[in-house]
Amino acid sequence: MESFDLELPAQAPGIAPADAALFGVVSSGNLEVLVEAGPLPDRCRFHVETTAHGFTDVWQAVLADFAAGHRVGGLSFSIHDAGATPAVVSLRLAQALQSLEAS
Amino acid sequence: MNAPDNARSWNQEARRRAERLSRSARWRRGKEVAAADMVSFLEAVLAPGDRVCLEGNNQKQADFLAASLAACSPQHVHDLHLVQSVLALPEHMELFEKGIARRLDFSFSGPQSHRLARLVQARAIEIGAIHTYLELFGRYFIDLTPHVCLIAAQAADAAGNLYLGPNTEDTPVIVEATAFKSGLVIAQVNERCDTLPRVDVPADWVDCFVVAPSPNHIEPLFTRDPAHITEIQVLMAMMALKGIYAEYGVERLNHGIGFDTAAIELLLPTYGEQLGLKGRVARHWALNPHPTLIPAIEAGFVERVHSFGSEVGMEAYVAARPDVFFTGPDGSLRSNRAFCQTAGLYACDLFIGSTLQMDLVGNSSTATLGRITGFGGAPNMGSDARGRRHASPPWLKAGRERSGGDICIRGQKLVVQMVETWQEPHHPTFVERLDAWQLQQDMDMALPPIMIYGDDVSHVVTEEGIANLLLCRTPEERAQAIRGVAGYTPVGRARDRRLVENLRDRGVIRRPEDLGIDVRDATRDLLAARSIKDLVRASGGLYQPPKQFRNW
Repeated sequence: MESFDLELPAQAPGIAPADAALFGVVSSGNLEVLVEAGPLPDRCRFHVETTAHGFTDVWQAVLADFAAGHRVGGLSFSIHDAGATPAVVSLRLAQALQSLEAS
Repeated sequence: MNAPDNARSWNQEARRRAERLSRSARWRRGKEVAAADMVSFLEAVLAPGDRVCLEGNNQKQADFLAASLAACSPQHVHDLHLVQSVLALPEHMELFEKGIARRLDFSFSGPQSHRLARLVQARAIEIGAIHTYLELFGRYFIDLTPHVCLIAAQAADAAGNLYLGPNTEDTPVIVEATAFKSGLVIAQVNERCDTLPRVDVPADWVDCFVVAPSPNHIEPLFTRDPAHITEIQVLMAMMALKGIYAEYGVERLNHGIGFDTAAIELLLPTYGEQLGLKGRVARHWALNPHPTLIPAIEAGFVERVHSFGSEVGMEAYVAARPDVFFTGPDGSLRSNRAFCQTAGLYACDLFIGSTLQMDLVGNSSTATLGRITGFGGAPNMGSDARGRRHASPPWLKAGRERSGGDICIRGQKLVVQMVETWQEPHHPTFVERLDAWQLQQDMDMALPPIMIYGDDVSHVVTEEGIANLLLCRTPEERAQAIRGVAGYTPVGRARDRRLVENLRDRGVIRRPEDLGIDVRDATRDLLAARSIKDLVRASGGLYQPPKQFRNW
């Protein structure tokens, strides 16, 4: 298990989730993401725990593209990854955000 | 002028054939040989150095004859030259380990690929060449004609007529080459019948048959459980349908096996219907009866399917849909690998399949270090047939795209590779150098085992988008187009962002959003069937999945 934190500038205003919301499942090749309100409206925080070793730079590239492409200021994402590919990571994050916007 | 040399005998082959038959006479009653006598019979008919075709493809196997041959004494039977499509059974490898066979010309070795590689490295086997199916079939008539073929059929009558059942596969081509060049045709059958449902091989092409103690093995290789299709595969299938099938109006096609293309089959009645594609795409197929095609057939997308082989469990469904499938008067499927390969090569406008590795010129390979898997039929399906002359709208459109502003004198088959950028965390699909090069070195091969050549590939589909290689004008553009859909792999991250954005502006690369696809819509809810049970339901209970696929 590897874990790391990342904080990136992000477009504000984001959505302010009233409660923490959980998306996805922890099963092989998949991941679970918990979205909560973060402390700063123009920053986005990520905490990642992953079973894949040596992929921090790939994760950072995926998360940087995600933060640049969506209005995620003021949000904090906690991710438990069970070997999801970057494609699955991007899709899950986009789906989580969509569900949040709809609720 | 010299007179013809009358001393020369012109019928030595026929004489050798008569000798084989007379040597084996004591084991034959009419054309029937008892199962218990099969080893002695084979020892009597075979001679050292014979070219033998032991029938087996990726589905049907002449398994009893393989076991009988492997039980022969290497003192009597040795140094055979096997010329056959697939090495699938442990007995196939035993033949080489025991010295019964020495030389091999083949096409595919999936299940025995590790053992084959070890034999090659131990120099216990001589490989003539690794072929595609059509090449090997072609050589049966030129320089690799079998002296003896050992084939598998469903049933025989007393005269020796054979019924092949739905899994015709390679049998006709093997029998044609052997029977008409004075070879011996020996068949194992599952049963002896007084009257056959239909005659697929006439008795005078068959020398003898044996009723095997148990039915020949058939592998359900083309069954994909929809439960395992991922959202990423749904997303790629949406892109393929909208960005390629609809764009080119692809009516005639062939799909590889795998979950990526199964997703397309299951999206036709849902997403394809929403796009208004019924009657406009995917009407005529060269395809085995994939269970995942059932919903598209039921929805009226699919008009006709010709098959290489059959698929276990699809018998009753096929028999109930004779307008769609090729069937005999008895109702069962008539498959034929040689004809279906020809159809896929010359009469289809699109091939779409998956691969394990792709490099920056678009060469792709399923080779893995330490294994020799061979080619099967994919290189023929996944190639532009330069002997094609008839035009069709998708073929012309692709040809015009390739020729740019130049005069267009030929069309182009659409050859689409559909891959996720990562196979799993430590295996990127896109690489600078294929493992095939290392394998070539390790196994001392003439060429690296490349499944589909990059210059035949028209499109690459990944979760990041579609790269249209026909529109690339330089090798550099081509490499950037591939990098531009290679996601977060090292190859993808080494892209020149400016060039890639330029390719996107020109429509060489199209992202999901460029195609009007919201990635968040890519859910499994779009699949017309989400489980094997759904497929059974869609077939009205006619599809009978093999038990390893029944999880209810």
